[in-house]
Amino acid sequence: MDSQKNNHILSYTTLALVLGLLLVLTGVTVGVSYIDLGFFNVPVALAIACTKVTFVLLFFMHLRYEGPIINFSFIGTISFLLIMIGFIFFDVAFR
Amino acid sequence: MSTGIDKTGIKIGMWLFLYSEILLFGGLFVLYAAYFYKYPEFFSEGGKELNRVIGAVNTVVLLVSSFTVAASITAVQRKAKKQAIGLLIFSIFCGVVFLVNKYFEWGAKFHHDIYPNSETLVSGEVGLNIFFGLYYVITGLHGLHVIIGMILLSISLVLVMAGKVTESKYSMLENAGLYWHLVDLIWIFVFPLFYLVL
Amino acid sequence: MIKTESFYDTPAPAGLTGIKAWLLTHDHKRLALMYMWAILFWFVIAMMFGLLLRTELMSQGRTIMGPEVYNSLFTLHGVIMIFLFVIPAIPAIFGNFFLPIQLGTDDVFFPRLNLFSWYLFMFGGVFALISLFTGEGFPDTGWTFYVPFSVEANSNVSVTVMAAFILGMSSMLTGLNFITTFHRMRDKNMGLMQIPLFTWSLYATAWVQILATPVISITLVLVVVERLFSIGLFEPDKGGDPILYQHLFWMYSHPAVYIMILPGMGVISEIIPVFSRKSIFGYKAIVWSSMGIAVAGSLVWAHHMYTSGMSDVSVFVFSLLTFLVAIPSAVKVFSWIATMHKGSIEMTPPLLLALIFIYLFSVGGLTGLVLGAVGTDIHVHDTHFVVSHFHFVMFGGTGFAFFAALHFWWPKMFGIMYEFKNAYIGAVLTAIGFLFHYVPMFILGLQGMPRRYYDYLPKYETGNFLAGFGGYLLCLGILIMFGNLFMSFKRRIPAPSDPWGATTLEWTVPSPPPVHNFVKKPQIKEFPYDFSEVGKREKNGEKSRKIL
Ligand code: HEM
Ligand SMILES: [Cu+2]
Repeated sequence: MDSQKNNHILSYTTLALVLGLLLVLTGVTVGVSYIDLGFFNVPVALAIACTKVTFVLLFFMHLRYEGPIINFSFIGTISFLLIMIGFIFFDVAFR
Repeated sequence: MSTGIDKTGIKIGMWLFLYSEILLFGGLFVLYAAYFYKYPEFFSEGGKELNRVIGAVNTVVLLVSSFTVAASITAVQRKAKKQAIGLLIFSIFCGVVFLVNKYFEWGAKFHHDIYPNSETLVSGEVGLNIFFGLYYVITGLHGLHVIIGMILLSISLVLVMAGKVTESKYSMLENAGLYWHLVDLIWIFVFPLFYLVL
Repeated sequence: MIKTESFYDTPAPAGLTGIKAWLLTHDHKRLALMYMWAILFWFVIAMMFGLLLRTELMSQGRTIMGPEVYNSLFTLHGVIMIFLFVIPAIPAIFGNFFLPIQLGTDDVFFPRLNLFSWYLFMFGGVFALISLFTGEGFPDTGWTFYVPFSVEANSNVSVTVMAAFILGMSSMLTGLNFITTFHRMRDKNMGLMQIPLFTWSLYATAWVQILATPVISITLVLVVVERLFSIGLFEPDKGGDPILYQHLFWMYSHPAVYIMILPGMGVISEIIPVFSRKSIFGYKAIVWSSMGIAVAGSLVWAHHMYTSGMSDVSVFVFSLLTFLVAIPSAVKVFSWIATMHKGSIEMTPPLLLALIFIYLFSVGGLTGLVLGAVGTDIHVHDTHFVVSHFHFVMFGGTGFAFFAALHFWWPKMFGIMYEFKNAYIGAVLTAIGFLFHYVPMFILGLQGMPRRYYDYLPKYETGNFLAGFGGYLLCLGILIMFGNLFMSFKRRIPAPSDPWGATTLEWTVPSPPPVHNFVKKPQIKEFPYDFSEVGKREKNGEKSRKIL
């Protein structure tokens, strides 16, 4: 069987850097929430959340180092969720 | 096939389980999206009533604990058992802090007569009722997941102490970690969606 | 052939004896059989309930029960059939038994989790039973548990809904196990395009199980939460939107119909080539259509809601998408037929049942298009036309595929052959009864008779009487079919390892298989449906099986 590099060890420094970034982004998103951007508050907050989540996935959850099965299936899952949320708007947005 | 343990396989199984968890919350986010579209102004009004500081503190607590859990895996891989134990205990402690905060937050809301089917909500604006309804359901389910995650981490902790989790065999810890990160992931979305909608 | 100890004689884990060898087993084959008995039990129960319902409708007015009992009974019938029979039947029984063997391995990836799924299944069943006898009695909401009724009803909705929740979890964990097994335990020499189609279909199903089931779980949880705390998420007075409940419900339940049918299609894809002595036509097309159904099937849920009051735009979009889903199903039907074309067909009970499947499923699928088109659906929505449609696909389709699978794999699972003649009689009678039962419902539906009604206008009496009559024929046919299978335990005519002249791996191991499935290393064929060897063997006058 494939002897995948699943024994990848992440150094404390890398992890700490990621944490630092996440905390900064948290600060940014809280900060932005005090500024009234009108409609744009929501997309901005979501964009920041997505960035944070991406970092957690890639590093804390090792997604960067996983094989194609996990990577593709993860993307599939998220697409499925987005389709559900998106398609519901065919109804609620046009009622 | 009795040729050793297939760690990748175990991890695939765990990820599949995480997908189902993501979609479990996904159903609720579908509702959130639809109702947010319907009642945007009440969602921002409701959001202002939530305590942004407690929310931010809880976010930091979860992020830090996610970091320590990831670090504990690194520690185990490097055979630093003591460090791993310390990091895990700290992570579980973070979980407790999160729940305590949540307790006070919910308590304060209850105090202001804001809870499911309360007089204020029922006789008030329906948009607010939906906002707080979703708030209680989603953070409630999330809180339940925090508790499950803490149980999993505690089991891993015991196994690390007993020497059952080692640098060559740490799937249990890894999976508990994945679960804990998932709890964090959900919260990363919950936080802006409820506390920061303006 | 060397005599090997079958899995019946070798407990796994070793050392377990008596009943424990079953209740604590990790062996996928034993678990499959344990599922089989439980599922057959539920099937027979729900069939009886169905027969009672139809008896009630055979004449106008009260016949054998009152309206409240009638409402609870059709709910019970639906819940049991869907959650305890159609969804688990093929994956849990035949999937558990044959997926590992077809992949050339000795068990599923997580054997203990497999045992746990079985307990969840039993536990869910027990929950359903509890809800029958406690509280205010069994719900009368229909298996769809639509709000607001399911939230307001006094009956025991919460317990029933939790039963469905637990059963969903069991089904999801089985899917998780199958996917991991598929990727990690497959024989190293077996490439993706060398996997038998039954296993492929289970793989596609497993994805739907994992991704769609949680949506129903949370929906059902919300019903319970609403009952307990009256938040009002689906209550217009409190700002909620009941149509969103229907969206969430069908986001799972439409994909769930593919959880039901895909494994059945996999069974048929195994049976048709074997008895045509011809390689399956369009192997890759069938694989892709399975995956295609799994994906496209997730995009069409709102076709159940054309009349619910949702927006016209979504009516339009979902109707369009619904038509697309029919394509991959049709690909399969054409592939099966093309496989038989110019094959050397040998009639056996499994083949006969598979042919009945193709016929009935096609009718079901085509009437699905009638329902998928908005104009016609608005006319027949919530009438007996819909009832007939889904029974054609779920019973005529999955049900008959299940019967076909029983007859196809029975010799392998138990190591004994059954009588053919009675099997034919049973199958034909079941099919005739089926047509008598459901064709009148199409007509009744077109004439406007609603579903889930206790009583009806005089003009519907003939149709309902005919349907009831067909119901009795149907049950008689099934009785004969099962009776015949069970008689084989008495006659004990031993089955050879490959009674049909089939080519996939499960036919290379003894019947019944030994505990680790393979006595020697499995030989992976270039292509799973290569009949050249079987053909050679048969030319030499060597018959795989005595004519029964
Ligand atoms: C060939 C493609 C299919 C199409 C286009 C189709 C279309 C539809 C539509 C539009 C409805 C809603 C009718 C209404 O309520 O007015 C429906 C109902 C239903 N279909 Fe299908 N269908 C197809 C295949 C299947 C299959 C394969 C199954 C199951 C194995 C299935 C099971 C059901 C069930 C259970 C219902 C009724 C649910 C209820 O309201 O209780 N269908 N179908
Ligand atoms: Cu459908």
